[in-house]
Amino acid sequence: MDIKHITSPLQHNVIKGLAVGDMVSISGRIVTGRDQIHKYLASGNKSPIDLSGLVIYHCGPVVIKEKGRWKITAAGPTTSMREEPYQAEIISKLRPGAIMGKGGMGDKTRKALSECGGVYFHAVGGAAQYLAECIVKVEGVYLEEFGQPESMWVLTVKDLPALVTMDAHGNSLHDHILNDSSKRLEELFSQRFNVKK
Amino acid sequence: MYDLIRKTSTVLPEDVVLAVKKALAREGSGSIAKTTLDIILKSIALSSQKSLPICQDTGTVLAIIEGRPGKLVFHLEKQIINGIKKLTNEGILRQNCVCPLTEKNTLNNTGMHVPQIHFEPVNGPTRISIMLKGGGSENMSTQYSLPHSKLQAGRDMEGVRRCVLDAVFQAQGKGCAPGILGVCIGGDRASGYFIAKKQLFRKLNDKNPSPLLASLERTILKEANEMGIGPMGLGGKTTLLGVKIGYAGRHPACYFVTVSYSCWATRRYVVELTEKGDIKKWI
Repeated sequence: MDIKHITSPLQHNVIKGLAVGDMVSISGRIVTGRDQIHKYLASGNKSPIDLSGLVIYHCGPVVIKEKGRWKITAAGPTTSMREEPYQAEIISKLRPGAIMGKGGMGDKTRKALSECGGVYFHAVGGAAQYLAECIVKVEGVYLEEFGQPESMWVLTVKDLPALVTMDAHGNSLHDHILNDSSKRLEELFSQRFNVKK
Repeated sequence: MYDLIRKTSTVLPEDVVLAVKKALAREGSGSIAKTTLDIILKSIALSSQKSLPICQDTGTVLAIIEGRPGKLVFHLEKQIINGIKKLTNEGILRQNCVCPLTEKNTLNNTGMHVPQIHFEPVNGPTRISIMLKGGGSENMSTQYSLPHSKLQAGRDMEGVRRCVLDAVFQAQGKGCAPGILGVCIGGDRASGYFIAKKQLFRKLNDKNPSPLLASLERTILKEANEMGIGPMGLGGKTTLLGVKIGYAGRHPACYFVTVSYSCWATRRYVVELTEKGDIKKWI
């Protein structure tokens, strides 16, 4: 499969050129944000840094301080759906270029991505070491009062692998899989269980 | 206990790694599923080499101590708590305990009823079972009360099958598929979840002593993998790595089917201890 190399912050034409099913390799600056950050930003609080074009990564990393410097020891994605009540608001107000997490997001986010020009990247859940290796620098941390997993970490990444599962044209791989598996479940429900030795 | 919990967070059990490798071989070349499983296997190898967490969500700790009542039990309880605090400090366990009253993170993975330590009296050598279960997969765990009209699930094995397949469908990729299911048929609202979770301690290649449940496990595993949800819910042939079903007596009025969803990073070990409380063998 061809891999598209992209840089965050993302340019508008790059976002438009991405489609569901594209494998990407992300380099540049990204920020983490999960439940607390989303609630905070959606309630109208100011973002500590300019998010325009950036990748917001749904991730609560494990971080330790070594010789006065932050070190990320594990950093895989968390379930994105928890941010569904807030994400559309944040996309339309703060204009990030992409959302990255796992499990995909709902209709509100899909519409916001298509209206504002943004994509959703799916990273591999649980692959915390592989993904931590892609983080080359911790640039800073904001809103530390939310606790370590919930703070906003500003990171520099290199060649972080992800898949486009929601694009700026209103498509979602998650909707497609949901529909297909729903049909398959109906077929399975038309059969019955027989004990097989 | 420090070593046991550290290994649980950093080294995926062999039977689970083997199941992921088998899944990789099954998926089509160049597919999203294969690429995903390939990254998973690379990450598993890295975490083991570096002795760092397999997943950044190091879960909540469940410990079950089996043995004769006595001083050793209290000693082990203390060792588990101290081990958890130390490992949290070292970044091997994430700060995963929040007080729901103050909304403050306790910062050391201990708190009201945390960690969960259960003691089960057994007249034999002391055993400890440790599991670290992540929040994403725990959110996908669920309980059904039969009969269930929407699923047309009655109080029989066909009803159980329908509930479990529905749980897999509802979870899609959100519990970090390919997952492992622990299931409990019967019990009450509380014991159902506990017994379902305990099934996850079983090795993936073990055989259910009940031929009926063994057959149900095989059927559900095969059918779930035909649903096309795939690794991380991105499509593919591997939605589950295993299904383990246990049961408990039920009240005549109740029929619960409880599903404990565990992610591919199913982290659990069981060890037997010497009389002093040192690890004698890994089970």
